Amino acid sequence: MRRSVGVAAASAAAVLVAGCGGGGPQSGGDSKLTGDKIVLGVLNDQSGAYSELSGRNSVKAVEMAIADFKAKYGDKAVTKNISVETADHQNKPDVANSKAQEMYDRKGVDAILDVPTSSAALKVADVAKEKKKLYFNIGAATTDLTGKSCNKYTFHYAYDTYMLAHGTGTVTTEQVGKNWYILYPNYAFGQDMEKSFSAAITAAGGQVVGKDGAPFPNTSGDYSSFLLKAPTLNPKPQVLGTMQAGAELVNVVKQYNEFKLRDKGVGLAVGLMFITDIHSLTPAALAGTTYTDAWYWNFDQQNREWADKFQKETGTRPSFAHAANYSAAMQYLEAVQAAGTDDADTVVKALEGKEVNDLFLRNGKIRAEDHRVIHDAYLAQVKPQAEVGEPWDYVKILKTIPAAEAFRAPSADCKM
Amino acid sequence: MSGFLQNTFNGLVGGAFYALLALGLAVIFGMLRVVNFAHGAFYMLGAFGAYVLLAEAGVPFWAALVIMPLALGLLGMVLERAVIHRLTRLDPLYNFLLTFGLTLILQDLVKSRYGVQSSPYATPTELSGSVDFGLFDFPTYRVFILGFTVLLCAVVWWVLGRTRVGMVVRAATERPELTRAFGIDVGKWVTPVFGFGIALAGLAGVLAAPMRAVNPLMGADLIIVVFAVVVIGGLGSIFGSVAAGFGIGLIQAWGEAYLSDFPIVSQTVVFVVMAAVLLWRPAGLFGREEAPA
Repeated sequence: MRRSVGVAAASAAAVLVAGCGGGGPQSGGDSKLTGDKIVLGVLNDQSGAYSELSGRNSVKAVEMAIADFKAKYGDKAVTKNISVETADHQNKPDVANSKAQEMYDRKGVDAILDVPTSSAALKVADVAKEKKKLYFNIGAATTDLTGKSCNKYTFHYAYDTYMLAHGTGTVTTEQVGKNWYILYPNYAFGQDMEKSFSAAITAAGGQVVGKDGAPFPNTSGDYSSFLLKAPTLNPKPQVLGTMQAGAELVNVVKQYNEFKLRDKGVGLAVGLMFITDIHSLTPAALAGTTYTDAWYWNFDQQNREWADKFQKETGTRPSFAHAANYSAAMQYLEAVQAAGTDDADTVVKALEGKEVNDLFLRNGKIRAEDHRVIHDAYLAQVKPQAEVGEPWDYVKILKTIPAAEAFRAPSADCKM
Repeated sequence: MSGFLQNTFNGLVGGAFYALLALGLAVIFGMLRVVNFAHGAFYMLGAFGAYVLLAEAGVPFWAALVIMPLALGLLGMVLERAVIHRLTRLDPLYNFLLTFGLTLILQDLVKSRYGVQSSPYATPTELSGSVDFGLFDFPTYRVFILGFTVLLCAVVWWVLGRTRVGMVVRAATERPELTRAFGIDVGKWVTPVFGFGIALAGLAGVLAAPMRAVNPLMGADLIIVVFAVVVIGGLGSIFGSVAAGFGIGLIQAWGEAYLSDFPIVSQTVVFVVMAAVLLWRPAGLFGREEAPA
């Protein structure tokens, strides 16, 4: 008796939630799913540079989404048969290409998620377009995914170079200092970041007094000649903006501290940083550094509860990429639930223009014009060591950047 | 002017790492005729060992500076006895395969336990300030590295030049067949010399931990340049590898400081120098042509 009351309550809740989520046909047993199942594919870096900030824990996040989806809909779920396929693309575009084809063609994957590394991400976008299957990019930063390489089946979820530059570049120029020295790794990502940042800094009334492209990869691991140059420029920069990532970022920050640039009046702003980077550098090395974050685990109660569950599963706190993978999986499942089918064109229609609020997407909207998923972003600052109350609680949020401001307007280059 | 001095200083600090690694490679190659592709992995183990000692046992930098070279030197001697010495009579291709495979194993062992993310390692507090040289100031830690390395090279230089052990090692390094012909048992020196070379790599790793990213791939990135350094100095030449190490460090630092508009130059300058040296002196700056067999 008690059980049937529970089921009734759950179904009532499900109907209500689905109703709020935009409606659409409800389907129980008579679904139109190919093979009566949904398969999600997580394609990312599972052993290299991005395996910590995303990697296998993103697979866990997607599994958490599936479990929550099943719990939410119970018997009303479009199917109970939902599984995850995963593959390691080793950050290589050609491997990403063949793994994506294999996922869509042979593993029956309905939607591919994650795919860090811009060059690999763009390849998968091509495959998705050709196979007419869904693809939610989370890990890659290039704005080309919603620019000249956009297509009907590709959605760009968590962040991009515009969001990073607009947040950090604009707000730091307004609040910390007008004069910047930019240090970037001299390859596609770094050059793109340098351009985006320079544009944002100039637009905010600041100026770039110097910029240098450091060798990439920098085999010597030494950035001292750039760091020595920074305080001698005229006018003296108030901000060193580093676009390095991963181990290169670690080298820059260690040496920034060695040369005591903060004491010499040169603050530090980081183009792209994940919480895992702060963890490996320690907050002491980064105290005072500003950067743009797409999501922070200890931002509010909702995030914290999910982060606690995530920590139970993985032993660590989630990065924004983990939360975004969870959210993308959930939104895809919700869209299939609402549409009652996994037919890609129908699901795309159900997603386009949808306004969403969930764990990751705050004031979120899945833009129909270019499939950019917009949401609130955050300007974050690393706390001084003394203010770090518990492990992984490393930053305070200085400012919420509203969704409409955080991302660029749809690009004219995007022709669906 | 002060900028130039600072960049010069930095070049020497960068060169100190090259010199330590190249010195180890040179004595190993000299004694064993083995090109040790696993040298970078031992450098990484030195840095990682320092991190593990600090994070898991609270062992400070100074103790790690002694413990890690000793431990790795010992490991090197075990490896030499177990596998490396079987290579000396074989085609050099086998030594490439073995030492390269060893690198992959060591890297993956560390990766599987600690992941790919860099591990934190702070500068020891006694060395975290900076030294004022009048015209410019410079991080104390870098001054320490430079002083320490120069001192160490001087000690090695003295041991090799003035002691009986050094005499045997030098003779066996430069003319192994002739040394044997004088009735000296070169074989019994091989294992400790290999261990010594590995200990130097481990030492360089511990020194690098406070100023560079500590992760499983840190050695793989660096070792390519170190091989170029050894070739420039002359394979097997002890003095050559140290001199070339500091020289290349200087050239790289000046290149980065004054040719930063041409990043390709600072990145490739090492290999340009290597090509030029090899055209002019095929055995390297201080190397000698091997006598025909």
